[in-house]
Amino acid sequence: MIDDPVSMSVDQTPTEQPRGHIRVEGFGLRYPTLEGEVEAVHNVSLHVRPGEFVSILGPSGCGKSTLLNALAGFLTPSSGSVTVDDEPIRGPGADRGMIFQHYSLFPWMTVRQNVEFGLKMKGKDRSTRALAARTLLGLTGLSDFEDQYPDRLSGGMKQRVGIVRALATGPRILLLDEPFGALDAQTRLIMQQILTNIWQQLKISVLFVTHDIDEAIFLSDRVYVMSAKPGGIKAEVRIELDRPREPSISNTAEFVALRARLMQLIREESLKALGGELNADALKGVSINLAGRDFSQIV
Amino acid sequence: MKPAGLPRDWQADVVVLANRTPAEPLTIETPPPPPPGPTLAVRARRWLDLNRQRLIDTVIGAGAVLVALIGWHLLSANHVDLYVRFENVPSPGQVLDATSRQFSSGAFLVHVLASCRRIFIGFALAALVAIPTGLVMGRYRLARAIVFPLAEIFRPIPAIAWVPISIMLWPTSEESILFITFIGSFFPILVNTLHGVDAIDPVLVRAARCLGAGEITIFREVYLQSALPQIFTGLTVGMGVAWISLIAAEMISGQYGIGYFTWQAYSLVDYPNIVLGMISIGALGLFSSGLIRFLGKLLMPWRAGR
Repeated sequence: MIDDPVSMSVDQTPTEQPRGHIRVEGFGLRYPTLEGEVEAVHNVSLHVRPGEFVSILGPSGCGKSTLLNALAGFLTPSSGSVTVDDEPIRGPGADRGMIFQHYSLFPWMTVRQNVEFGLKMKGKDRSTRALAARTLLGLTGLSDFEDQYPDRLSGGMKQRVGIVRALATGPRILLLDEPFGALDAQTRLIMQQILTNIWQQLKISVLFVTHDIDEAIFLSDRVYVMSAKPGGIKAEVRIELDRPREPSISNTAEFVALRARLMQLIREESLKALGGELNADALKGVSINLAGRDFSQIV
Repeated sequence: MKPAGLPRDWQADVVVLANRTPAEPLTIETPPPPPPGPTLAVRARRWLDLNRQRLIDTVIGAGAVLVALIGWHLLSANHVDLYVRFENVPSPGQVLDATSRQFSSGAFLVHVLASCRRIFIGFALAALVAIPTGLVMGRYRLARAIVFPLAEIFRPIPAIAWVPISIMLWPTSEESILFITFIGSFFPILVNTLHGVDAIDPVLVRAARCLGAGEITIFREVYLQSALPQIFTGLTVGMGVAWISLIAAEMISGQYGIGYFTWQAYSLVDYPNIVLGMISIGALGLFSSGLIRFLGKLLMPWRAGR
């Protein structure tokens, strides 16, 4: 491998300075309403070291997407600071790749045109773009689909294109907002492995937002658990499972223990987000009759 | 193996990907190529099977048109008077005679061309003004705040109601007819463009931003592209209204055009030509909206499956 000219060229790429160090300190977000200011996120501090895979786990409505949007540059924090490699974020940019839950591919562009979009914005010429897009699509098994419109692709394929599109510009960090939330369970597992592979090869810093506990454990080096109302960091859990991880890892005792711990942390927050502990007694003696059937037994 | 001339920033990424360890397969198996296709005869047979219902529907439709023609012939040839009077209504045969006479003289073609020219100019101007206005209104609050109330005031006024003012405003009747056509098609195009911009998935705009797109690019590559289906809906509706407005304007003021021709035929008690005028208007309307649909398919290949 040493005398391989390709790997030689990899060694020549600058590695002195760390790339993609995310630091969030005292991040808060408030917005005005008629009743006064509402605090959506309160005093969140977290960091992602260069090349680290970190997940944010929390119930819906806890402000995890808000945090990601601040990193992407779509909103400015009301308090605190958000930096990448010590540079404060000033608006969206191609140095931070973002992948959205609903694929967000441009339906009027072919797969290849979608992947080339970011490079076009960088002013790369036609042949450079085509070569880059073809190479990346080839490596993710999408070569046969490069001239298809996204409409024709399955959810998993669309999200693969979304990942490739975000990577094509060579971003320092990758931000993923529940990227596999709309996929079926099997596709989801495969996509998690694909993402892990890409991440291990690229050594890129990843911040991954999810509400799926298993997904967070399987993918991450560390998991931040967020609390709801207002959103804040509740716990930080280190995932010390060996890599590469196989899907069967979810049956190991370590994994099960992590799952149990995270589930406990999350449950409290989910209940808070729902508006309180379920009270089974409240429904006692209440007859629920729907479509001629008595549902009180089931409740 | 090394891709030549790639930009440095992602070159490393691609090379690393290319150089991945075999233990971590990244590629996904592609399905085998499909077996050779069936013969032409089999394909024709299958096409027939797949489109059977459509073919039957077409035959039924043609039959309905034929029945209507026969009904028309019976009613007009026998001068039926059943409260609704068919005494003076020309029969299909008479209309056919009139048509061949008109086409051989060439005078009729002058009227057709005059109308087509007016539609083209009036409609093109409307599209050229309404589409950018709608896009800008959808994108910028201030533009919307200024234009929207004005548009809502003028929109309910039918184009025909503009005829008197239009005659006063413009020096020649030709210009006032063009203006009426313009007004008629302007609002459907504007409103649909605006709806198209409103319906844009905000995630697409954010995705474009994340990929480094600036304001102008987002306007052109995201807002315009995303609103295009709705814009074409507006163009189709606008074309229909343009014809309605044009014919009305030509009937009232004008010296050429199918509307004028039709009204003149009535004044001159040349009844077959009235029907010829009507059928021509219908055919031209059908043709022009077909042209817009064709243009839409050309510009939006990504919607081919819908």
